[in-house]
Amino acid sequence: MSRTQARDAVAIALRQIVPDADLATLDDDGELREELEIDSLDFLSFVELLSKRTGVHIDEDDYPRLRSMSTCIHFLTERAGHTTPQ
Amino acid sequence: MPSLGADMDAGTVLEWLVQPGDSVRKGDVVAVVDTAKAAVEVETFVGGIVEDILVQPGQEVSVGAVLATIKDASSPSDHTQATKPQDRPIPERHPVAKQPTTKPRVSSPLVRRLATERDLDLTNIEGTGKGGTITRADVERAATLRAAVRPVATQQPRQRASPQARRLATELGIDLSQVSGTGKDSAVRAADVRAAAAIHAAERPVKSTHVSDAETATTGTETQKSTAMRTAIAQLMTRAKREIPHYYLSETVDLGETMGWLRERNRTLSIAERLVPAAVLLKATAVAALRHPELNGFWINDNFLPGSSVNLGVAISLRNGGLVAPALRDAADCSVTEVMANLRDLVARARTGRLRRTELADSTITVTNLGEQGVDTVFGVIYPPQVALVGFGRVADRAHAIDGLLGVRPVVTLTLAADHRATDGFTGSRFLRTINDLLQHPEAL
Repeated sequence: MSRTQARDAVAIALRQIVPDADLATLDDDGELREELEIDSLDFLSFVELLSKRTGVHIDEDDYPRLRSMSTCIHFLTERAGHTTPQ
Repeated sequence: MPSLGADMDAGTVLEWLVQPGDSVRKGDVVAVVDTAKAAVEVETFVGGIVEDILVQPGQEVSVGAVLATIKDASSPSDHTQATKPQDRPIPERHPVAKQPTTKPRVSSPLVRRLATERDLDLTNIEGTGKGGTITRADVERAATLRAAVRPVATQQPRQRASPQARRLATELGIDLSQVSGTGKDSAVRAADVRAAAAIHAAERPVKSTHVSDAETATTGTETQKSTAMRTAIAQLMTRAKREIPHYYLSETVDLGETMGWLRERNRTLSIAERLVPAAVLLKATAVAALRHPELNGFWINDNFLPGSSVNLGVAISLRNGGLVAPALRDAADCSVTEVMANLRDLVARARTGRLRRTELADSTITVTNLGEQGVDTVFGVIYPPQVALVGFGRVADRAHAIDGLLGVRPVVTLTLAADHRATDGFTGSRFLRTINDLLQHPEAL
């Protein structure tokens, strides 16, 4: 998975959770949960969408790695090698 | 038009989901109604064949007005009203022979519920309906009569007005106390405000703020919607702080067991099946409320009315600002997994504005989980007429002493705001202790 593909996957998932989010102004290192006011239920949906879209298996222990756009991209590109298609 | 909460006087039909001729069962969603707070799905409490739709989409009517009539399928001659009338003129009082039996004759569950809400004894109400049946109008009249006999000791006579009227008055800059109302008990209705505004504008034909009828009728724009939401919250919270003598308690809860249990459980589950801590906290609160019924119910007319089950209100913040607190119904009887599923469903629908009538009107106790936004402690305001509000702060790793040893544990501050008229601190503290104990054994929840 390329970085662009990873970024797109994150953006699409975020837009589904927070439809009116302005992702253009979002800092790559900004805390997603804080900046987009995502609560734990939203976050669970986000993880679900992201996993479905990319085929990357995401454990609860991986949640801290989905903190910001840049950590998400890093995590997805790193994991995409050993994917579990769903 | 059903009452969808203590602060609602009127509602606008947004959409009909049935047509004349459709057959409906008790509990079917038949219409969507717009209140100051949200679009709400309205169920029918009787089954049968839809006969007439009386209120068209876009039309605002007061609580109690007939929205549609449903013909009872079993006895074709008998008509049952989907909601009982209020706007219908009360028939001339032809003396109805007093019922020799003490058992009051009531036509609908709605009337029974209204009587309970108004704290009226049905056996003391004279029925003017068919065969001496007690109608909604009879209950309303009895409530008005009693209010006249027992005037509430308020400092100032407050102008009665529908929420829509208040909102409109604010928007149009009209002083409500200067408007004469044409509604029930001289309550000011939206139409009265519009009329006053028209006179106002005619007297001073400067630059009139143009508000078209369609706009005001449907509270169309985002801004109007959020203003309406703010007004509704303002009214309810002002009432809470004016009427309820709150007392506050707080307890520190070690969530080590709960978080460990969740972690183990979620490890083996697909993402969709995973639980969030909130689901466990809510379930524990519901079970505790069941064990301490003094905190689960309503304070109405100087009396505590216990809730018949635990309908756990959950404060949900909306993205465009504002707050709703719909209920997880019968939460104490649901498994943690069911609580989780219901919570996801409830939050999703709250945010898309599709809640059901029963969810908005029936909460017996409410939980706020502001910890998600990062604060340590929540000091809540009770939703009247409920008598307790439970708050969970942020779950954070802290130094925590257990058995003489200092360790790092996930800890949360649990708080209770309770109505001192209904309970004392002793009851409240036992309630918090119960929640704490339950959270030490999450597997048993």
